[in-house]
Amino acid sequence: MNQKLSDDILDIQDLKMYFPVTRGLLRRKVADVKAVDGVSFQLKRDETLGLVGESGCGKTTIGRCILGLYKPTAGSIIFQDEDIANFPEKKLRQVRNKMALIFQDPYSSLDPRQNAGSIVGEPLKIHNMVMNASEYRDRVEELFHIVGLDPSMTDRFPHEFSGGQRQRIGVARALACDPDLIVCDEPISALDVSIQAQIINLLEELQDSVKELSYLFIAHDLSVVKHISDRVAVMYLGRIVEICKAKELYDNPVHPYTRALLSAVPIADPVVEETRERIILKGEVPSPLNPPPGCPFHPRCFMAIPECSQTVPPLRDIGDNHQVACIRV
Amino acid sequence: MAELLQVNNLVTQFKTESGLVKAVDGVSYYIDEQEIVGLVGESGCGKSVSQLSVMQLISAPGEIAGGEVIFEGRDLLKYEANGPEMRSVRGAKIAMIFQEPMTSLNPVLTIGQQLTEMLQLHIKMDGDTARKRAIELMSMVGISGAEDRIDDYPHHFSGGMRQRVMIAMALSCNPRIIIADEPTTSLDVTTQAQLLELMKDMVQRFRTSLVIVTHNLGVVARYAQRIYIMYAGRIVESGTTKDIFINPRHPYTIGLLKCIPRLDAEEGTKLVPIEGLPPNLINMPATCAFLPRCSYRLERCAKEPWPPLTPVNGNHYIRCYADTKEKNK
Repeated sequence: MNQKLSDDILDIQDLKMYFPVTRGLLRRKVADVKAVDGVSFQLKRDETLGLVGESGCGKTTIGRCILGLYKPTAGSIIFQDEDIANFPEKKLRQVRNKMALIFQDPYSSLDPRQNAGSIVGEPLKIHNMVMNASEYRDRVEELFHIVGLDPSMTDRFPHEFSGGQRQRIGVARALACDPDLIVCDEPISALDVSIQAQIINLLEELQDSVKELSYLFIAHDLSVVKHISDRVAVMYLGRIVEICKAKELYDNPVHPYTRALLSAVPIADPVVEETRERIILKGEVPSPLNPPPGCPFHPRCFMAIPECSQTVPPLRDIGDNHQVACIRV
Repeated sequence: MAELLQVNNLVTQFKTESGLVKAVDGVSYYIDEQEIVGLVGESGCGKSVSQLSVMQLISAPGEIAGGEVIFEGRDLLKYEANGPEMRSVRGAKIAMIFQEPMTSLNPVLTIGQQLTEMLQLHIKMDGDTARKRAIELMSMVGISGAEDRIDDYPHHFSGGMRQRVMIAMALSCNPRIIIADEPTTSLDVTTQAQLLELMKDMVQRFRTSLVIVTHNLGVVARYAQRIYIMYAGRIVESGTTKDIFINPRHPYTIGLLKCIPRLDAEEGTKLVPIEGLPPNLINMPATCAFLPRCSYRLERCAKEPWPPLTPVNGNHYIRCYADTKEKNK
């Protein structure tokens, strides 16, 4: 490792990911779905950044761009001081063992015909992380141990595990190559309430025990994101509308969308609920195929003024690293 | 006080190759007029099956093996599932809103056809009146331009809009009870808030009772007046919303409340997961089903059968031997 590594493990600048919409026999491009439209953020070493937003806001697309599963339309993804946005596949493979992905659905993200041990161990083989069979076996057992699974279960197949255990296998697989960054894409939303806490705690414990492990935690559940993240970025229609410390976001949300989103999450306490502000937004999220002009949120915004439909508000700092994209605040 | 719906000792079981699954095992509850009741539990705890049993919508290999469903002084389980008496209740007097607005509407019929069918069948409206009423209902649930949209097909509508159609459909015959089975689970947070507010307004306006079946404790804390907590096919705790959230007494309820991250939690709050897994419902022992995961267990819990629901305070009931009040300080 070189010594002059910067503080940020990941620095994303003006990332854009457009998906073409084609029509007709010649598959002519008629439009673009602007899934991610000019997103910039940094992720520090050892930090957890939460990425929240409703379905279709582009949060998963960002995760996939970082891992090189999509080639971004524009922008740069600086991972450990190298811009990997346009890396060819071969070079990408070399950096990819430093990053990993935990998927949402523990049922479809594990190969049903592969046993648990080989699912967890496969990255070790692909990235030549082990020298021989016994080292391989030891590492797989160690990984099982780390995520709280009995190493004697390596020969079992995914269908023999419960949802929570499957997600543990997913976590073990992500940890196999000793990554510096794990993109967690809705890792708990498919699990039962009582199992979710087990996985959240596992992820937190891992971060405490593994040196310099950063998470990009993608989820739609604000309470979970607030719990696990150091900082949170709120996305709407392919853009970040607010980014700041997790506590600050809850104590002092500034963007009207963030405020509405927070107020829409019920708290499991009837006494607190009685006095909470409730902002019920009008309408639904517009299609990213045809986003509204200006601020993407203005048609639903309760604070909108005519100027809001003129220009896209840039993210600006309002102090203490709290950034917000709104001209009304 | 005369209850609107009284369910006594309902048992619904599924005969499978590996054994008998008692999905609902002696469930008793009641619903008062114009009341919002929450039925909370994790997947597989029998909350949906109990509601489908009330509607007699259980199909083979499932069967309702016992119990009573007293509605307006009559036991609905005495009626043939497809007989005229049951049909006159189902949809008309007790309506249901399902979880998946994508799959619960017929894709090959227009919204109008599906809405008017109920009106023509149950209230014997003629075509034109039914159509007018359908348009009225659609605008009431917040679908703008109802005259134009009534001839659209379900795929023209977004998820939130489809669920609005489902709500309109449930309301169409002016039912006494609406059973909403995970009505907003597949929807985005802000849409979820819109729809729950809408449902609350509608049941007030129509003087209907509402049963919200959900795994989301926040939703019931915000909307329900009384709550039933289910585990492994039985109700383990019941009481007013304040009883349940402020003074939970069953170990499972206490565990659930400690394992969900709260939006208003202090920074650094640790989640306390419920260890272990929900039980497999095949050939359950007679002892408490929560016993293997319980941190309050007593010696007698392993020897004696699961206790019945016992009052702890007024209308607050639990199914447990342990004195959780002392230890839950």
